[in-house]
Amino acid sequence: MKTIAFIIQKEFKQIFRNKGMLRIIFILPLLQLIILSNAATFEVKNIRFAYIDNDHSSLSRALIEKFNASTYFNVLAHFSSESQANSSMLNGEVDVVLVIPQHFQRDLQNNKYQNLGVTINAIDGAAAGVENVYTNQIVQSFNKNLKVELLQPSDLITQPINIITIPSFWYNETLNYKTFMVPGILVLLVTMITLFLSGMNIVREKEIGTLEQINVTPIKKSEFIIGKLFPFWVIGMGLLTIGLIIAKLIFNVPMVGSLVLMYAYTSIYILVVLGIGLFISNFTDTQQQAMFIAWFFTVIFILMSGLFTPIESMPIWAQIVTEFNPVKYFVEVMRMVMLKGSGFMDILPQLSKTLLYALIMNGLAVWSYKKTS
Amino acid sequence: MKRFIGFAKKEFYHIFRDKRSLFILFGMPIVQILLFGFAITNEINNVDIAVLDHSKDATTLEIINKISASKYFSIKQIVEGEADIESIFKKGKIKAILSFENEFNKKLIKENKATIQIITDATDPNTANTISNYVNAILQNYQKELNIDTKNTYQIIPQTRMAYNPELKSVFMFVPGVMTIILMLVSAMMTSISITREKELGTMEILLVSPIKPFQVIIGKVVPYIFLSVINAIVIIVLSIFIFKMPVQGSLLLLAFESVLFIISALALGILISTISATQQTAMMISLMGLMLPVILLSGFIFPISSMPFALQVISNIVPAKWFIIIVKGIMLKGVGLQYLWKETSILLGMTVFFIGISVKKYKIRLE
Repeated sequence: MKTIAFIIQKEFKQIFRNKGMLRIIFILPLLQLIILSNAATFEVKNIRFAYIDNDHSSLSRALIEKFNASTYFNVLAHFSSESQANSSMLNGEVDVVLVIPQHFQRDLQNNKYQNLGVTINAIDGAAAGVENVYTNQIVQSFNKNLKVELLQPSDLITQPINIITIPSFWYNETLNYKTFMVPGILVLLVTMITLFLSGMNIVREKEIGTLEQINVTPIKKSEFIIGKLFPFWVIGMGLLTIGLIIAKLIFNVPMVGSLVLMYAYTSIYILVVLGIGLFISNFTDTQQQAMFIAWFFTVIFILMSGLFTPIESMPIWAQIVTEFNPVKYFVEVMRMVMLKGSGFMDILPQLSKTLLYALIMNGLAVWSYKKTS
Repeated sequence: MKRFIGFAKKEFYHIFRDKRSLFILFGMPIVQILLFGFAITNEINNVDIAVLDHSKDATTLEIINKISASKYFSIKQIVEGEADIESIFKKGKIKAILSFENEFNKKLIKENKATIQIITDATDPNTANTISNYVNAILQNYQKELNIDTKNTYQIIPQTRMAYNPELKSVFMFVPGVMTIILMLVSAMMTSISITREKELGTMEILLVSPIKPFQVIIGKVVPYIFLSVINAIVIIVLSIFIFKMPVQGSLLLLAFESVLFIISALALGILISTISATQQTAMMISLMGLMLPVILLSGFIFPISSMPFALQVISNIVPAKWFIIIVKGIMLKGVGLQYLWKETSILLGMTVFFIGISVKKYKIRLE
C-alpha cells in the first residue's frame, strides 16, 4: 500500500512539474468545450437563396416576398440568367436557386397548376433534404392563400380533408443543440485526455530507459500499474467536474438526473479507457507508435459513437462495430442521465457492458505487462 | 547537396525500419476511409418509433401502414397509454411516438379534420426535427390521396433538382472530409513527433553541430513524409473513386496538385508544433488534442459552417482543412477548375508560407 502511495506521489509530481503539459491537460480541453460546442449544429438556417424571375408579375413577386419573410432563407441575389445562377452556385455563394418560369401567373390562372424550378446544392445531402422541406413548406402555404385569392365565385368550394399534426419536442422544446452537444463533447475530451496520457506514459519510461530501473525494484506488477493509472483517473474525474460546471454555468444544460449516477458510471468508464491506454503502452516500443494507435482508435471512437451522426442510420455491420465502442456507451449514458433523468435501471445495459469492458481491458493490460523485456 | 541527400536517406531508413509504424501509417487510413465511408451518414433512416392509437380504426391503421412502409421508420412498439411515454423515452431506444386522437376516422369524416400528435425525444434536436418533418411529408401525401376529388385548388408544384448529388448520398459529403482529416493529422503528427524525438533523445544536438544546415535538417525530415503522405492521398483517392463511386468531374491533375499543397501545409504545421514543444509528449498532445476536434468540427466536415455563430464562422477561416474540403468537393463533385478555386488555393498557399516562416524564425540552433 505504501509503495503505491509513493508511485502515485511520483506521478503527480511529474505531472505538476511540467507546466506546459498541465496547460494542455486542463485548459485546452475546456477551451475547446466552450468554443466548439457552439459549432456542432445540424440546424439549417441562413440558407443563401437566390432567384430568377422570368415573369415579373405580382404573383411571382408575392412568392419571392414569402421567401424573404421566412426566417430560414436569406434572399441574397437575383439573377437574370441560368448561367449566372449556375456560376454562383459553383462558386459556393448560394445554396438554393428558385426559377420562376415565364407566364407564371397567366398559366397558373388558366391551368390551375404551374411548375416552379428549384435547384439545391446537394453536396451535403442531409442539409439539402431540409432545405427542400422548407422550400416546399413555403410554397404550400403560398398555395393555400392562392385558393382564397384566385378562386372565382363560380367555383364551388368543397372543404378538403385536413390531418393536423402537432409536434411536441420532449426534453428540449426549443431544439437547442448545445444541450445535446455539450455532454457529448465533454465525454470526448475526458476520453481523449485520459487515453493519450495513459497510452504514452509507460511507453515513455520504456523509451527513456527508466522503466528498467523500476522493473528491478521490488515493486509488484499490480502496485506499479495501479500507481501509474490512479493519477490519470483523478485527472479524468477532475476534468469531468470542471466540464459539468461549465456546462451548467455557461451553457445552462439541464441536469435532470442524478449526479451520483453520473459519477459512478464515469468512474468505471475511465477504467476502461485507462486499460486500453495501458494495453497500447505494453504493445509498443516508442511513443510514436503508441500515439498512432491511440489516434487511430480515437478517431474511430469519435466518429462511431453516435455523438455527431446517428448510429441507427449506419448499416447493420457498422452498428455491431459500435457495440465495441466504449465512447458510445458514455455518450448515451451522459445524455440519458443529464437530459432525461434516466435512472439506474434505464442505464443498466450500458453500465454492465462498461463494467465487463473494464474488467477485460484491465485484465489484458495487467497480463500483458512484463517486468522483463 | 550530397550531405542533404545522405540525411534524407537516413530519415527514410528510420521510417522503413520501423515496420510497425509503417504498417500503422498505411493500414490505418485505409481502414478508416472504408469504415467511415460506409458507416457515417447524417441521414435519418430506420428510426425506431412507437404508436399510441386511441381509436384503432381503418384510417389510423392505414396511416400506420404507410408510415411503417417508409424506409425512415420502423414501428417497434404499440403503446397503451400516455403514462408509458416517459419510461419509454428514458430507455432511449424509441425516438418518437405517434399519438392518434380518439375517434380519428369519425372526426375526419364529420368535421373534415383530425389530429395526430408527434411526440419526439428531442434530446437529439436534429433527429427529432427530421422525424417530425418526415411524418408530416408522409401525411401530406396521404392527404392528397384523400383530397383527389376536391376541385378548385390552385397548385404551384416545385420541381426540385438536387445539384451535384442527385441521390443525396452522404458519402459525397463525408469522403472528402475523412480524407482531409487523415492527411491533416497524420502529416502534422508525424513531422512534429519525428523532430521532437531527436530533441528528446539528444540526437538533435549532434545534428546541429554537424555541417548540415538547420533548414536542411528540417527539409530532410519532411521529404520522406511528403512521399508517404502522397502515397496515402493516392490510395484514399483511388478508394473513393472505385469503392465509393465518387465522381471526379474536374481535373485529376489539379486534385493531385491541391493534395500535395495541403499535405505540405499540414507538414509545415507539424514543423511549427515541433519548434514550440520540447518533448514528444507535448508535441503529440498539441497535434492530437489541439488539432483533432477543431479539424473535425470547424472544417465543414460534418457540420455546415454557414449554420454556426458568426464568431465561429470567422474562426473557421484559420483552419486549413476547411479550405481543402471546399477544394476537394469543388473538383470532385462540381467539376470546377482553378478559376473558381484560386481563392482557396492561395489561402492554403499563404498559410503554408506563414507556418514555414514562423518555424524558421522560432527554430533554435542551440539547445537550452
